[in-house]
Amino acid sequence: MDILTALMDGLWVALQPANLGLAVLGVVIGLFVGAMPGLGSVNGVAILLPFTFVIQEMTGSYTAPMIFLAAIYYGAMYGGAISSITLGIPGASTAVATTFDGRPMALTGQADKALVAAAVASFAGGTISTVLFTMFAPPLASVALQFGDPEIFALMLLAFATFVGLGGDDIPKTIFSICFGLVLATVGFDIISGEPRLIFFDMVGFSDGIQFLVLAIGVYGIGEMIWTINASRSDDKMAEVTITAKRVMAAIRSFAGAWRGTAIGSFLGFFVGILPAAGATPGSLMAYGVTKMASKDPKSFGKGNIDGVAAPEAANNSASTGSMLPMMTLGIPGSPTTAVLLAGMVIWGLQPGPLLFSEQPDFVWPLIGSFYVSNVVALLVNLAFIPVFLWMLRMPFTILAPIIFVLSLVGTYAAYQDMFDVWLMVLFGAGAFFLRLLDYPLAPAVLAIVLGPIAEPKLRQSLLFSDGDISIFFTRPIAGPITITALILILLPLIKLIRDKLRARRAPAG
Amino acid sequence: MIVTKRLFCAALGAAALTAASFAAPAQAFEPNKPIDFVIMAGKGGGADKMARLMQSIIEQQDLAPRPLVPINKAGGSGAEALVHMKGAKDPNHTIMVTLNSFFTTPLRQPGLGVDIMEFAPVGRMAEDTFLLWVHKDEGVTSFDQFLETAKSRGSDWVMGGTGKNSEDNIITDFLNNNYGLDIKYIPYKGGGEVAKQLAGQQITSSVNNPSEALGFYESGDVIPLVAFTDERLPLFPDVPTLREVGGDFSYFMQRSVVGAPGMSAEAQAYYTDLFSKAYQTDQWQKYKADKSLMGDFMAGDDLKAYWMVQRDRHEAILKASGAIN
Amino acid sequence: MRRAEIVTAVILGLLSIYLMWKSGAPPAWNPDAGRFENIGIVPGEGVGSGFWPFWLSGVMLVCSIWIGVNWFLRKSPPSRSEEPYLDSFAKRSLLLVGGGLLGFLILIELIGFYGAMFFFLIYYLGALGRHSAVRTLSIATAVPVFSFFFFDVAMRIVLPKGYMEPLFIPLYDMFL
Repeated sequence: MDILTALMDGLWVALQPANLGLAVLGVVIGLFVGAMPGLGSVNGVAILLPFTFVIQEMTGSYTAPMIFLAAIYYGAMYGGAISSITLGIPGASTAVATTFDGRPMALTGQADKALVAAAVASFAGGTISTVLFTMFAPPLASVALQFGDPEIFALMLLAFATFVGLGGDDIPKTIFSICFGLVLATVGFDIISGEPRLIFFDMVGFSDGIQFLVLAIGVYGIGEMIWTINASRSDDKMAEVTITAKRVMAAIRSFAGAWRGTAIGSFLGFFVGILPAAGATPGSLMAYGVTKMASKDPKSFGKGNIDGVAAPEAANNSASTGSMLPMMTLGIPGSPTTAVLLAGMVIWGLQPGPLLFSEQPDFVWPLIGSFYVSNVVALLVNLAFIPVFLWMLRMPFTILAPIIFVLSLVGTYAAYQDMFDVWLMVLFGAGAFFLRLLDYPLAPAVLAIVLGPIAEPKLRQSLLFSDGDISIFFTRPIAGPITITALILILLPLIKLIRDKLRARRAPAG
Repeated sequence: MIVTKRLFCAALGAAALTAASFAAPAQAFEPNKPIDFVIMAGKGGGADKMARLMQSIIEQQDLAPRPLVPINKAGGSGAEALVHMKGAKDPNHTIMVTLNSFFTTPLRQPGLGVDIMEFAPVGRMAEDTFLLWVHKDEGVTSFDQFLETAKSRGSDWVMGGTGKNSEDNIITDFLNNNYGLDIKYIPYKGGGEVAKQLAGQQITSSVNNPSEALGFYESGDVIPLVAFTDERLPLFPDVPTLREVGGDFSYFMQRSVVGAPGMSAEAQAYYTDLFSKAYQTDQWQKYKADKSLMGDFMAGDDLKAYWMVQRDRHEAILKASGAIN
Repeated sequence: MRRAEIVTAVILGLLSIYLMWKSGAPPAWNPDAGRFENIGIVPGEGVGSGFWPFWLSGVMLVCSIWIGVNWFLRKSPPSRSEEPYLDSFAKRSLLLVGGGLLGFLILIELIGFYGAMFFFLIYYLGALGRHSAVRTLSIATAVPVFSFFFFDVAMRIVLPKGYMEPLFIPLYDMFL
């Protein structure tokens, strides 16, 4: 019962007016930073890092600045869903999967339902993972240490496997899209050989690689946008949404239908999140894929299934709490944002690592307490802002479209602070438009560019270990089962396809 | 309407120009717009942590009239950052935090056409140190035991490090070449990841900076065997230096601030003063002590001379390991 | 649409071949190394730096050919479609919107984000959207002003100003 007492004390500290105020402020800042395409939690946290010194001086504790930054992190996770649903542009890689069903829901007049589902699922994911964090933090840290290179690669393979069948019906176009994303992911500096790779036309801009957001904003902010302008012809508005208290209540009630996605997302997200190097993006992608597989009606995914919004949102919030675990217990960041948080802790004079829980309980427990508090705050703030976001949707298309274009360009610049990336983004957007007309699915490319940079080095590091022997992925106790599961999932649709073909051929004969 | 706005802007600009010409005292440089603070590494790494600490100190103590705006440019092992600096539109408002890739990257990628001697030497804030770490379950407690065990295991002894031809790789090559070892080197993305791989016994040794391995050192998971420094580190008084155990080698990582090529002498003097003030703050001194950093503040021609020595040294090291011709 | 399908497949096939060729490039500092030495297993280093991009580009090439075969067999919907790839409406909107974006980018390089935003919004809202002058001007002014306070002031992300930089120095004085 030690944990419970410690937690109660922690909650008490987190609820002190100063800390509560910081949590609210952090959540609101995070919500807007997250909702802005191009800016994500990592920018929000990095930019406000110097400000935390002031907080530390004013309050005299380590905890207050950390509560503030953690609240920004949460707020941004909630906010990411907003641009995914209303604008159709994933603000951060963690929110890509939310566009798959969130966008179609918004286009069919169910934006309110989607936004509410995203908020409530985020809350559920955040809270479930905080409970898991509270109870199992130290033992789970040792699990995370067992994940070496082959294990992480196997996990990436599994993430791909859950996505088989994500694309359209055209198989070669889907495979092309995945491979294209994976190849783009290798552009830039290769850490293992120490060489620059695929620097097209010797342009220095490529040496930092092609960032996820450059492709994602290009595809969604420019390509999809022009495609929509073209497809909607004279229609001036997106679907009309009216806001009444009744509709909001109905939307909250309809969330009951999304329990499956929420549950899968919450647990899966947490476990993927605690693994260093994986982070929230693979977590949310896998949650989407698994929910689709577990669903009775997998065909409705991608067309506006509420489970398809709830699963990735629950997962990315859950994973963001999860990724705090290796950061605090091992001093290892599980995501770019936690890397900055870690830098913050070091700057304030804390030493994250295996001893943090025993040596700094005054820091740890109020922080954990604040996770609970921040989630409640984030849910309330988010629900309160939903009418504002819906109002944006009601703007005439000829106003919304140019604003989205402006946001896409500014957002890309803000993310990487390089005009080269802005030009490249528009170029990708143009390409995406032409391919979209011919039914090339582009979501797989966007996903591949997120997973590729994790998967490729892990593959090569593993092969370095084993001197090029691929059995390393099958013989290690954790990697083996994951790899085999992944391969079965990848091959299953193929086997099914061949079987169906054979049957179809046999039927007329017999 | 457009015309009026333009007129308004022009009037504002004219007013600003006159104001600026009155306000500026003779010669002394003061930044009048946000300062580009380029970081030659990705978010969350050792260099990034330090850069953000500097920024925070300057902001908190109100040392500069305009904010430092950190921009991470990690691409191409710092190549992107170097090229960005070289092409800086306003060199008086562009500074960069560097590490040793400042020496190695122009050598490895001559096509960039970067000459580091053209950069303005603003100030060296510290030198980071390297130690050899092993996991406690390896049963190795001294450098001699390490040599023995590593030799008997051949290429099954695995060293993790940050990137190919990086500082960690240079030290590993030194050990392999001078002690007849056949250690396998596996490059990872950052020092933190290396530390975790070692704590989880995925690799057998590392040459992390103290700041990266400290957490696992304090919990007893990893132990330092030898320091690649000239004197023992205050934080690890029981760990001998390599020189004490018979090696002739020490290696440091510079943590310096440089100005873009073409920076005026006044601007350089201003930034040197700014960073020497930051260097003297209690926060920086505490950080230096906590993370076992060495090296005093160094600026101007001294720093340039230091770069010259370091560049030649790295050229020799890279040539010896076959990483350049 | 049918012609566009095969033309695109051919272009993507050529792109794949280019990527395969580029993946095999030797490192810049060592021109002696042959092309395609890095695409297989390098002794002591596991797979080379070109392995992943080369073989994946290879798969892309196979897919392009497969798409071509489907086109020949008229299996995919676009290869059966008799509709034009871009009708006159599509051409017109592509020209106006795409041209607007290109102009926006060029203006950013010249007069920075804020100025360019202003003119782009005037063009889009006023010329394309046919909104009233009041509405056009108020949005075209509000967006850059809001962006300046959000990015430059609050987030400390300084957007490029191009030739308009001197105009912003007094603003930095006031807000930064």
